[in-house]
Amino acid sequence: MKILVAVKRVIDYNVQIRVKEDGSGVHTDNVKMSTNPPDDNAVEESVKLKESGKVKEVVAISIGEDKAQESIRKALAVGADKGIHVKIDNYVEPLGIAKILKKIVEKEKPDMVFLGKQAIDDDCNQTGQMLAAMLNWPQATFSSKVNLKDKSLEIVREIDEGLETIEVNLPAIVTCDLRLNEPRFASLPNIMKAKKKPMEQLNAKDLGLDLTNRIQQLKVEEPPKRKAGIKVANVAELVSKLKNEAKVI
Amino acid sequence: MSVLLVAEHDNSKLKPFTLNAITAASKIDGDVHVLVAGAGCDNVSKEIASIPLVKKVLVCDSQNYQNYLPENLAPLVAKISEKYDHIVASANTFGKNFMPRVAAALDVSQVSDIIKVDSPDTFVRPIYAGNAFATVKSNDKKKCITIRPTSFEPAEKAGGSAQIEKIDAVEIPNSSKFIKREETKSERPELGTARIVVSGGRGLESGENFKLINDIADKLNAAVGASRAAVDAGYISNDHQVGQTGKVVVPDLYIAVGISGAIQHLAGMKESKIIVAINKDGEAPIFSVADYGLEADLFKALPEFLAELNKLNTIQK
Repeated sequence: MKILVAVKRVIDYNVQIRVKEDGSGVHTDNVKMSTNPPDDNAVEESVKLKESGKVKEVVAISIGEDKAQESIRKALAVGADKGIHVKIDNYVEPLGIAKILKKIVEKEKPDMVFLGKQAIDDDCNQTGQMLAAMLNWPQATFSSKVNLKDKSLEIVREIDEGLETIEVNLPAIVTCDLRLNEPRFASLPNIMKAKKKPMEQLNAKDLGLDLTNRIQQLKVEEPPKRKAGIKVANVAELVSKLKNEAKVI
Repeated sequence: MSVLLVAEHDNSKLKPFTLNAITAASKIDGDVHVLVAGAGCDNVSKEIASIPLVKKVLVCDSQNYQNYLPENLAPLVAKISEKYDHIVASANTFGKNFMPRVAAALDVSQVSDIIKVDSPDTFVRPIYAGNAFATVKSNDKKKCITIRPTSFEPAEKAGGSAQIEKIDAVEIPNSSKFIKREETKSERPELGTARIVVSGGRGLESGENFKLINDIADKLNAAVGASRAAVDAGYISNDHQVGQTGKVVVPDLYIAVGISGAIQHLAGMKESKIIVAINKDGEAPIFSVADYGLEADLFKALPEFLAELNKLNTIQK
């Protein structure tokens, strides 16, 4: 079997973002970037399935500017076999990204596509589900346990009420939760080897898709700041403040 | 044209966040229609018909929709949406799961997790874990929208009498199967709607020590939350996680115990009305959002806190 795993390069999860003064977005110059955290889980799970012998090939794809290749190289360094970089320099909404991924799926014919459940920059939580709808494949979102069978996947999903177990026929889309696994670090020799692995490069413009964004970002603002609080000396003072000042207990 | 809201329920009862979503839907367009897709869900339809903001209830009663599998539900919603300009649902694991499938089927770019309706095509939504608010305008003819429930008040439940219309099921792909759901049962209020939330983090050091949190929660009639670190460490189950990839809560009082306050956790709780932080590290980022910070060892502070609460006889329920 074959897995296509999608990775996105985003502002690192530890960075405190800064909103631009003109309201046009957030500062990205000289800001640390890395792979979207749940995408690392998607790569890890794909590689584990390959190591189990059930999957023969893992292809990592990223869509974006040239530096998106860093996220592909990282996936190659931990065990993916081949990379595909689809170059596009402007922001593309999840709908457009799903259209690009569909084109690649039609060409690569994977049995499964793994993605992170959500990107931590635009927080949309859409791409996997949209791709599933476009391909008319079933989906397993927010997956925290993956069991690959002959013609299906049994998946445990994290939902608001607790856990849900479903079975989806292959081919299928899997979006990964952070608790699915513990992503490994790439060793230095593997990072070197990854540089020799094949990386196909395509231009999004050549795919014949309408990627016009439908949503206009009018402005980006800082959220209202909380007013500074106080430190209390002890538990008795805390309870007294909650009761008499905040009046919440 | 009207707005179509997809109700979340368990086939016998409406889930509370649907009420918040109804309020948001009514701010987009006054003519709110609600789809109830489920199996044996008559009671849910009646419950929704009595909500004054709801003008019409569409019921599709079929085994196909019993477990809201998105492969089955999305084609039904997409078909009904022909008559609507807006299709909305809650931005929780229910709405997040099926709505993008509807949007893709309609070739529409979804607007996720809105916290404010500026006009029928312009909305405010948080990005970067709530560290920025984006005002966005949708240029699609039809709009698929998910709503952050805690940003809208729940709709009034009684006094309405909307018409209930039965609709037919659509063909399903038979590509997915529901096996089981393991819900965490609790006597405590639901995390998403509780007036008070007491949350524990890695500082609790073990699952057993969450008893200290539970005791306070029981005393205050509060829900129990947790940081991702505490869930990852296995101290408590995933449905308690508050944060960017967990639940967003906006209680009157949020008490963070042994939680350092990573950006991702703050994303889920910093809109709370009053925030209390108890942490032994005085430099922990959680103190930057706390109205009342107590720098103390939680293993000493929590028993004291419980003892002080026991002295009060006026705790609000």
